[in-house]
Amino acid sequence: MKYSLYTKEIMKHFRNPKNVGKIKNPDGKGRVGNLICGDVMELYIKVKNSKIVGIKFQTFGCVVALAVSSMLTEMVKGKTIKQAIKITNKDIIKKSGKVPPIKVHCSILAADALHEAIYDYLLKNKLKIPEKLKKEHKRIKSNLEQLESLHGEHVKFEEKLLNK
Amino acid sequence: MKKIYLDYAATTPVDTRVLKAMEPYFNKKFGNTMGLYSLGLEAKKALEDSRKTVAKFMKAGSEEIVFTGSATESINSVLKGIAFANKGKGKHIITSSIEHHAVLETCKWLEKQGFEITYLPVDNYGFINLIQLENAIRKDTILVSIMHANNEIGTIEPIKDIGKICSNHDVYFHTDAVQSFGKMPIDVNKMNIDLLSLSAHKFYGPKGVGATFVRKGVKIEPLLHGGGHEFGLRSSTSNIAGVVGLAKAVKLRKKEMKSETKKLTKLRDRLIEGVLKIENSHLNGHPTMRLSNNANFWFSFIEGESLVVQLDSYGIMGSTGSACSSDTLEPSHVLRAIGLKHEEAHGSLRLTLGKYTTKADINYVLKVLPKIVKKLRKISPFKGKWN
Repeated sequence: MKYSLYTKEIMKHFRNPKNVGKIKNPDGKGRVGNLICGDVMELYIKVKNSKIVGIKFQTFGCVVALAVSSMLTEMVKGKTIKQAIKITNKDIIKKSGKVPPIKVHCSILAADALHEAIYDYLLKNKLKIPEKLKKEHKRIKSNLEQLESLHGEHVKFEEKLLNK
Repeated sequence: MKKIYLDYAATTPVDTRVLKAMEPYFNKKFGNTMGLYSLGLEAKKALEDSRKTVAKFMKAGSEEIVFTGSATESINSVLKGIAFANKGKGKHIITSSIEHHAVLETCKWLEKQGFEITYLPVDNYGFINLIQLENAIRKDTILVSIMHANNEIGTIEPIKDIGKICSNHDVYFHTDAVQSFGKMPIDVNKMNIDLLSLSAHKFYGPKGVGATFVRKGVKIEPLLHGGGHEFGLRSSTSNIAGVVGLAKAVKLRKKEMKSETKKLTKLRDRLIEGVLKIENSHLNGHPTMRLSNNANFWFSFIEGESLVVQLDSYGIMGSTGSACSSDTLEPSHVLRAIGLKHEEAHGSLRLTLGKYTTKADINYVLKVLPKIVKKLRKISPFKGKWN
């Protein structure tokens, strides 16, 4: 198409997302969301010999959220847990070419879902959880509250409109 | 690939007859309306003829029409102009919670200047409550600003009743008629309207030109000061080509409005009926008390930007009130005000029809849309039979 909101890579994954769905009895599951923009992502992993052999996702969100979810699953497939932990939202942005500033949170959502799924896997299998991942887990939880306060002023105005 | 434009509420293509009427005023009849020679007088005549045409359409007097650069400008000049001219009487303004941003953001700014704004709530269809409006009017109320028809959900407000209430209480009444103008008849006297804003590009006129109706005797300050154009209410060299285009578009609407409304209502209802066959799809706004060209839905479990971009790959152009498509990451205030939850507004889709929309277009949408909704639901983590 001549004009496009996003990069070719994003549009490719948006039109034909890879690894969509759920995994029954996953070894790890990550569910993240942010109440402000409303996106929700679920990521399931299957692990064999410390290697991610299966990965699926389901996302409720915009074009970028859906595309980076798909992109992430392709990036992670076949990687060891050790390698996968290191993947950040910056890697996802790099892979997608370019993400508008207002959509950066979508790439964070995908990276967070991955880290949450790995956290879940390590916890379930009583494996050692790296400090960094523990911190991530905490941050993801508090991220929600931060986002809410960030948009507080607008929310207040909206409540006024709703006469609450 | 087919190209089906269904975003006529956003803007419309300029009618070729309008374009033709405008053309000479760019380089042949290019005079300044203030000129005292024949070229200037010719432009002045075109300006005043245009004013007459626009005035006549809404049963106003010629001297009550002020040409502006956009409806946003009209709305800003009405709200600020009334506020500053009447602050001796009071500093209270009443509006609704589903107004266009041009009204709401101006009201927010006026709040910072010490004015007090009451935002009336609406019901699930988007109607304001007349009793609530009457109760909200106080001694220091200087203006009521309620839109004629909503730009997102198409709901038509009872402006005749609103006008009556305002008139009874001796409060100025402004209506943002951007979406309704040229789609339905309007009579500023019968409807007790004191001020009205409109924009040409919503009814096959050019962008960059609007008009304000200001009833004779209304106390108002100008937004732009300068050479005293437009009865001193809007200084700026007249955009004569634009104004001629606006007037030509109004003339055409007068002729074609009735038959087009009939045709569009039929197509709109066909579209609504067809779309609602999709499971877990919902109509926003009222089934009948809505603009003849407006259809607005929300679909459970999916997000609107994804939906709009998918439709675009099939050549269908629509819009959404989803948070993902806004700069603030907030969903449409209109959809929230009619009671939709955050995630419900997330899945909204607005399709607005126009004079070039055909039955075949609607049939094509009804063929494509269910497929896209199904596809996006497959990706969605939310519970439903699609998982």
